[in-house]
Amino acid sequence: MAPLSRIGSLAAAATLLASTALAQGYPERQITMVVPFAAGGPTDTVGRLVAERMSEQLGQQILIENVGGAGGTLGAAQVAGAEPDGYTILLHHIGMATSETLYRELPYETTTAFAPIGLVTEVPMTIVARADFEPADIASFVAYVKENADTITMANAGIGSASHLCGMLFMQATESPIVTVPYRGAGPAMTELVGGQIDIMCDQTTNTTEQIKGGTVKAYAVTAPERLEILPDLPTTAESGLPGVEVTVWHGLYAPAGTPPEAVERLSAALQSALADPGIAEQLAELGTAPSPAEDATPAALEARLTEELARWKPIIEEAGVYAD
Amino acid sequence: MDLLSNLALGFSVAASLENLLFCLIGVILGTLIGVLPGIGATATIAMLLPITFQLEPVSSLIMLAGIYYGAQYGGSTTAILINMPGESSSAVTALDGYQMARRGKAGTALAVAALGSFFAGTVATLLVALFAPPLTAVALQFGAAEYFSLMVLGLVCAVALAHGSFLKALAMVVLGLLLGLAGTDIYTGAPRFTLGLPQLADGFNFVALAVGVFGISEILRNLEHGQGDREVLGQNLGGLFPSRADLRRMVAPMIRGTALGSALGILPGGGAVLAAFGSYTIEKRLSKTPEEFGKGAIEGVAGPESANNAGAQTSFIPLLTLGIPANPVMALMVGAMIIQGIVPGPNVATEQPDLFWGIIASMWIGNLMLIVLNLPLIGIWVRLLKVPYHVLFPIIIAFSSIGVYSVKGNVFDLYAVAAFGLLGYVFLKLRCEPAPLLLGFVLGPLLEENLRRAMILGRGDPTVFLTRPISAGLLVLTLAVIAVMLLPQVRRKREEVFVEED
Repeated sequence: MAPLSRIGSLAAAATLLASTALAQGYPERQITMVVPFAAGGPTDTVGRLVAERMSEQLGQQILIENVGGAGGTLGAAQVAGAEPDGYTILLHHIGMATSETLYRELPYETTTAFAPIGLVTEVPMTIVARADFEPADIASFVAYVKENADTITMANAGIGSASHLCGMLFMQATESPIVTVPYRGAGPAMTELVGGQIDIMCDQTTNTTEQIKGGTVKAYAVTAPERLEILPDLPTTAESGLPGVEVTVWHGLYAPAGTPPEAVERLSAALQSALADPGIAEQLAELGTAPSPAEDATPAALEARLTEELARWKPIIEEAGVYAD
Repeated sequence: MDLLSNLALGFSVAASLENLLFCLIGVILGTLIGVLPGIGATATIAMLLPITFQLEPVSSLIMLAGIYYGAQYGGSTTAILINMPGESSSAVTALDGYQMARRGKAGTALAVAALGSFFAGTVATLLVALFAPPLTAVALQFGAAEYFSLMVLGLVCAVALAHGSFLKALAMVVLGLLLGLAGTDIYTGAPRFTLGLPQLADGFNFVALAVGVFGISEILRNLEHGQGDREVLGQNLGGLFPSRADLRRMVAPMIRGTALGSALGILPGGGAVLAAFGSYTIEKRLSKTPEEFGKGAIEGVAGPESANNAGAQTSFIPLLTLGIPANPVMALMVGAMIIQGIVPGPNVATEQPDLFWGIIASMWIGNLMLIVLNLPLIGIWVRLLKVPYHVLFPIIIAFSSIGVYSVKGNVFDLYAVAAFGLLGYVFLKLRCEPAPLLLGFVLGPLLEENLRRAMILGRGDPTVFLTRPISAGLLVLTLAVIAVMLLPQVRRKREEVFVEED
């Protein structure tokens, strides 16, 4: 057995050598961060904020490439098929977990095609209504919705969007089959809500905070586990008797599966330092969110989150019978 | 006087040396990239967005806004010179602008476009400054039913875009509608006509379609004719500036175009796409010589260009007063603001008055810079036409391929350009015009989306279109347009036109 173990240790030594060489050298050139949504959107914004600071950490420029389309699956597919050398990474949100069920034919296997790098941020959602919607607080809102489920209308930002998923949860929790109206993105949906053309919506704080502050929409609850610093009077769904209606748009950074673990670690470390930057916390706070703590900006935490969310959404989406393809 | 002090604040911000410089950089970049065939404002801003991150918020927004209307100017240049529109609005400019160029009046067409845009930009900027909040209130009255009726009106007008056979125009509109159906259905998530290709999940790319059916097919036609036909373009460029008679002809269209563009630009749900098409239709209807349209009518350039630029300015209104983007370009601006730490919302005007009024003031300054910049450039652009065609056309194809690719970074779109180019050539041979097709393609999805949304909101009650006053008014207007089209004498006049055409 001796020669075999010698070969084994030689091989191990060789791998170690190779990997330290890579760890020392990496990154040698610019890195592409694929954002699977349009430039200027909330995910793109998160990507750009993080990429700027990670570039400083890595000493190499991170370029953002927006590969939008098909609910983020086109961009994800591009990264899944990219060379696993640490020079192509993907920023994706909750859609990474929900696409697995929403799309019956995905060109990649969500659980095996990616090497998680770390969680980036979690954007909470808010349940809002047109400014002149009657109920005064969340309790009367829920009662009102239950009573008038057949006359209320609910907007969402499109099939499979976070606002759609949140609406699904809300309907299941209140047992109210509300008429839902999908829009082409959150912007048009918000316009119609502000214009009073539609009654209620659940959307990311990124889009709602300023409208709530400006009084153009009425807010009832936040779907995060804790109240928000910027909207301290807004109760959480859990404390309002809607415990299941908890959705946050969590963002994660991924590399293609097979990326050398050293590169993943280097990226994860850069992500952690980027998120620790006080400037980024300030900018994210404007959006009603916060950078993930260092212990969450790790491959293990993101993998756990992805697995958990894959299992969580599968039955919800299947029960609703909504598919995006 | 609040307005005066606000405007003074705005100009003090926008006229600072630094901001003037960024405004200038913006309009130059916008013009240059807009001149590349196939690249419109959206792609331009998306590409240049990262440049702005290091700047002050006001400076970066002033620069982005400059790129936006700079690209609008530049886009008309390619539409006029080589029949290559980069946005739906410049597709209309191509109709008569390119014909003017073919008759050796490229310089005049470019000058008319620039003057019309400047006039519209000035008026619309003033409107934004004076009436942004009340106009927003009007825009918010538009729900799904109103948009549906507006789109119906737009499609009926689309038929008037053609100067050939009525039936062929109608067929092209319908074909455009059908092409617009490809992609994921937003209400059910069902893929429609995607042929199993994920690249078609969001439908055909507008730029690929426009570059194909307009630009590439025109190149094929020119090559078929050899050099002969093109020489007209190169020789005898004519006076660069419009004559006194030209100016007299363009004043009224400019004013009407500006009014229409300003009104439609404030509607965030796609009203602006109708502005240029609508203006063209109106000018053709009002013209004493409608037979000139499609052959180089100056009114057909002045009106739509004014409408298009007025709409571009007033489309800032929903962004500035509500913080909600009205179109993809505005969405990019929102992204830029957020990265700068300003989350746009209904309070921007009160919380960030220097930003709000600075942008408004810079819009006018930017337009002024553009006209100063563009009028002398016209001579250079026109001289490009003297480049031998066997040198020019490969360059055009190369640049337009880059332009189309840059929109989504998708190779599939290049195949689409090739296919649409061939299709466009077939249309040319069949004397079917591509403009109604393009309008159908742009309006079709909006028409369907709003029809279905109105029906969902109205719980399946079709009378919503008649019980909502704005919607009912638009439908009555549509009927009136149809009635005018069917009036016997008008019809006879149309037919005379066709005879002349053949």
